[in-house]
Amino acid sequence: MSLLLPQPGGIPAPHPSLHSRPYWEGCRRHQLLSQRCAVCSHRGLGAFTVCARCQATSPVWEPSAGTGSLYSWTVVWRPPDPSFHVPYAPAVVRLDEGFFMLSAVIGCEPEALHEGLRLVVEFHPASDNITLPYFRPA
Amino acid sequence: MTAHSPHPFSGVAIAGVCNTEQARVLPDHDSTSIALVGALGALADAGVAPHEVDGVVGTDCAQIALELGLGPCTRRPSSLGIPALLDAAALITTGQCNVVLVAAGGAGMHTDRSSTAPWTRPANELVVGYGLFTAAEFALMARRHMLMYGTTPEQMAAVAAVIRNNGHANPAAVYAGRGPFSPDDILASRMIADPFHLLDCATTSEGGCAIVVTRAERAGARALPVFILGGASDSFGPAYVAAPVWDFQPRPDSFPAGLVGARAAGIAFAMAGIAPTDVDVAELYDPFSFEIIRQLEAFGFCGPGEGGPFVADGNIGPDGILPVTTDGGTMSFSHPGINAQQLQRVIRATEQLRGTCASNQVKGAEVALCSNGGAGALFCDVLLLGRDRP
Repeated sequence: MSLLLPQPGGIPAPHPSLHSRPYWEGCRRHQLLSQRCAVCSHRGLGAFTVCARCQATSPVWEPSAGTGSLYSWTVVWRPPDPSFHVPYAPAVVRLDEGFFMLSAVIGCEPEALHEGLRLVVEFHPASDNITLPYFRPA
Repeated sequence: MTAHSPHPFSGVAIAGVCNTEQARVLPDHDSTSIALVGALGALADAGVAPHEVDGVVGTDCAQIALELGLGPCTRRPSSLGIPALLDAAALITTGQCNVVLVAAGGAGMHTDRSSTAPWTRPANELVVGYGLFTAAEFALMARRHMLMYGTTPEQMAAVAAVIRNNGHANPAAVYAGRGPFSPDDILASRMIADPFHLLDCATTSEGGCAIVVTRAERAGARALPVFILGGASDSFGPAYVAAPVWDFQPRPDSFPAGLVGARAAGIAFAMAGIAPTDVDVAELYDPFSFEIIRQLEAFGFCGPGEGGPFVADGNIGPDGILPVTTDGGTMSFSHPGINAQQLQRVIRATEQLRGTCASNQVKGAEVALCSNGGAGALFCDVLLLGRDRP
């Protein structure tokens, strides 16, 4: 048995940057946000200030339903730093709104991971200030 | 290009190369001091006196200029690996310089052995909390290839066995004599980031290296000159910051990030006026076994999804139709930090074209391809070198 779990405290925590602050504030209130271009509706994750499709400079933060499917994954047994507990499963999730995001799958065994596995976001604290979005099988 | 226009790099040659001693640890060196050992070695190999150098390329170029007493000279602090070599060549073709030194070293950087090497651990806010590091980044790309084409861990292990056996046979490799390896040995090593076992991954080590690029007329004093036939690079974004998504495709009319390097290879082959079938040896950058399979497809050595069967059929061994990474690469020869390890593909290709390799010399090699980077890093550089002046 090696159930995939959220990481305990003590991992290297993200440092929010100027443009990503709304994303991390959303995570703290357990709401997944992504950016949508106000002009062409192109959607992406992260903290862009220019739309990669139409170059408009007016992205807006919008809630995502937090549901999607598993696009790619790995199961790590040798972490980059000893604060991470293994195994864990970094994954690329394709959100139902059509954008990709990097996260990790929890709440199942590594053997249960397969392409297209339906997933739903779940938030867990990583430090006093940071809450991380994970995904578990829906 | 018409038959009458000169090749853009016809006036440039690689005149000297040097790899310093490479080892797990070089306790008497830091990155700059081992780069300087490499610099002096490459100048000696070229038969060029240090005071003739009028340009230095690489992240450490100002310090190298200071320590070698080269001021005033041209500096290019921004580039690594193959782009550094292309920048050096451009300094010569544009008349800014006559002799350019590209030097790099890595030592004293990986001191916390409970963690992976510092250059493999990203700090970006959107990936750091998920324990991403280079093995996981490349594994996320490899997984997509497995899902799309049925590529197998056994095919990846075939790559690792070939490259590690090349290092086993190379007396200068950090892991010389540590084989031989079968694909089963690779698969039996412990799992790092599925599908990559320990022996599917690069090692870490320390060492320096340097390349001297001159006007073509100045080359050949001590060693056979080698010529730049073509080169270019592709990027989709900052490595280990943006998520490694195979189907990330900003340009609707182009190709996805999983094929990064395809454009660069196309430019390089067009500049050279040759095709993949003209390449005698491929010094491919090998951070992880899968990346070789991917590059073979992206560069046009085989079709989409054919890379796995191609490597499993023995084509990339020293006696195959396309010998790959003949010194053992980052898996076995050396992996001394971001800059040096990328330049080392160019150095090995130069040695192959000179015909001076102590192990796995490809008989009569006339054209070599080198690469840097890979899909997990969202960049890929391609360089074509030749024995004949273009």
